[in-house]
Amino acid sequence: MGAMSGTVRVRFFARYAELVGRTEVQVSVELPATVSDVVRRVRAQLPGAGAIPERPLAAVNLKQSKLDARVEDGDEVAFLPPIAGG
Amino acid sequence: MTYLTRDPLSIDQLLAQVSSRACGGTCVFLGTVRDGAEEDGVTAIEYSAYEEMVEAEFGQLVAHAAERWPDARIAVRHRLGTIPTGEASIGIAAAAPHRAEAFDACRFVIEEVKRRIPVWKKELRLDGTEVWVDPSGRPTSKPSHV
Repeated sequence: MGAMSGTVRVRFFARYAELVGRTEVQVSVELPATVSDVVRRVRAQLPGAGAIPERPLAAVNLKQSKLDARVEDGDEVAFLPPIAGG
Repeated sequence: MTYLTRDPLSIDQLLAQVSSRACGGTCVFLGTVRDGAEEDGVTAIEYSAYEEMVEAEFGQLVAHAAERWPDARIAVRHRLGTIPTGEASIGIAAAAPHRAEAFDACRFVIEEVKRRIPVWKKELRLDGTEVWVDPSGRPTSKPSHV
């Protein structure tokens, strides 16, 4: 029996979006997975994504999340450059 | 309620939102695009955001402020897009029965915005260059935290 896999929508913003030349991508990960697994997968498979930090600020389903937070099938994971609003 | 706009900010609109006969003090904060001594010919800043998350985070932030200052009325709006030097990127109005709460609530909101609202800015310079700004306020022309 193979491991279960899930698909997550990964979104990029600001400088990270420029680095990868797009604002989102769908990636497949083996479940159970964490935000770190998604980061590793994206950095390995998406051209330009190697320049995104190994430990970026991240959000899962609109909430800032730690890198060891669990990711489920259908989740939205965002990689956030250092916040600079106001 | 939407906390984001692409239009110039209206102070009158923010004040109208918090106006109350029970409030004796109102504090307004505006963050404006700067071209000071530390900058290098900034003509405008291009603001972008994770818009859905900004709306959610602002909702929580304002709710949190309402818990701390139950009698305060707070309005906040962040502008996105290209904002010329001298124009406001964020406006906050806080009204309360007394001035201390109005100042404290207003200060709380801008500090929390700086800490947790997912907005980014890119400086557009006179010489045609474009530079992402890092959280300390200093620009970074190449990836700095990789």
